[in-house]
Amino acid sequence: MTDIIFTYLKAFTVGGLICMIAQLLINYTKITAGKILVSFMLAGVVLQAFGVYEYLVDFAGSGATVPISGFGYLLANGAIKGAKEGLIEAITGGFTAASAGVTAAIIFSFIVALIFKPRSKIN
Amino acid sequence: MTKNPIMTNEEYKEYVKRFMPKTNEKRSLLNSFLVGGFICSIGQFIRYFFNLYLKLQGDSLAAATSVVLIFLGVLLTGLGVYDRIGKHAGGGSIVPITGFANSVASPAMEFVSEGYVYGMAAKMFVVAGPIIVFGVFSSALVGLIYYIFGL
Repeated sequence: MTDIIFTYLKAFTVGGLICMIAQLLINYTKITAGKILVSFMLAGVVLQAFGVYEYLVDFAGSGATVPISGFGYLLANGAIKGAKEGLIEAITGGFTAASAGVTAAIIFSFIVALIFKPRSKIN
Repeated sequence: MTKNPIMTNEEYKEYVKRFMPKTNEKRSLLNSFLVGGFICSIGQFIRYFFNLYLKLQGDSLAAATSVVLIFLGVLLTGLGVYDRIGKHAGGGSIVPITGFANSVASPAMEFVSEGYVYGMAAKMFVVAGPIIVFGVFSSALVGLIYYIFGL
């Protein structure tokens, strides 16, 4: 039981800290949210390219995979796995790994856009 | 007609400032930490659930978890809840995968009025597009380097 609580605590803390770094950038620099997202995703790709991010994933679980840097980790990991199979897989492996998330975002958004009326604007 | 008391740009800025909500920076940091942490904990819960009851593991477990989180993010965006959370949470609601879902769903809903092809479908990727472009490009680069050097 303490094991499970500890897992949640780690996920909460690491995930929260990653989001707080983004908020620091929003508060104290002029970097826009879109660029912060791209940078965080790229940070995940680079860290996993050096095999570092998976240690954070092992430690924090969803705390490391749910933030957008986890998306970068997923992309890099897919590419690295693909590289073991061949040249084509090395290039397409990243997008293949990320396809579930992108597909879900497209399909659900499509349906929601058909059903709901917009309420507020995105910045 | 009364004379407008605002004369210069500086005075106008001061005037506007009086009506702007004070953004408390420490407060926003705490909020982003709490909301971001909470969303990641939900992810952890979904992970446990799928692992325990559907016996999912590895890549399919990760994929199923993110699909559910994306579903929740899109649904809350449709209901207008997510943007309300975002006002207080900032980075806490933008950075998690639910924020990615929000960045796709929000413009999709917004631009239905401009048509389904050039409106909804095109504007869907205003924020998510750059992430996918740089993500796919950089991951292809990583894959290529690993392939060439046989790491």
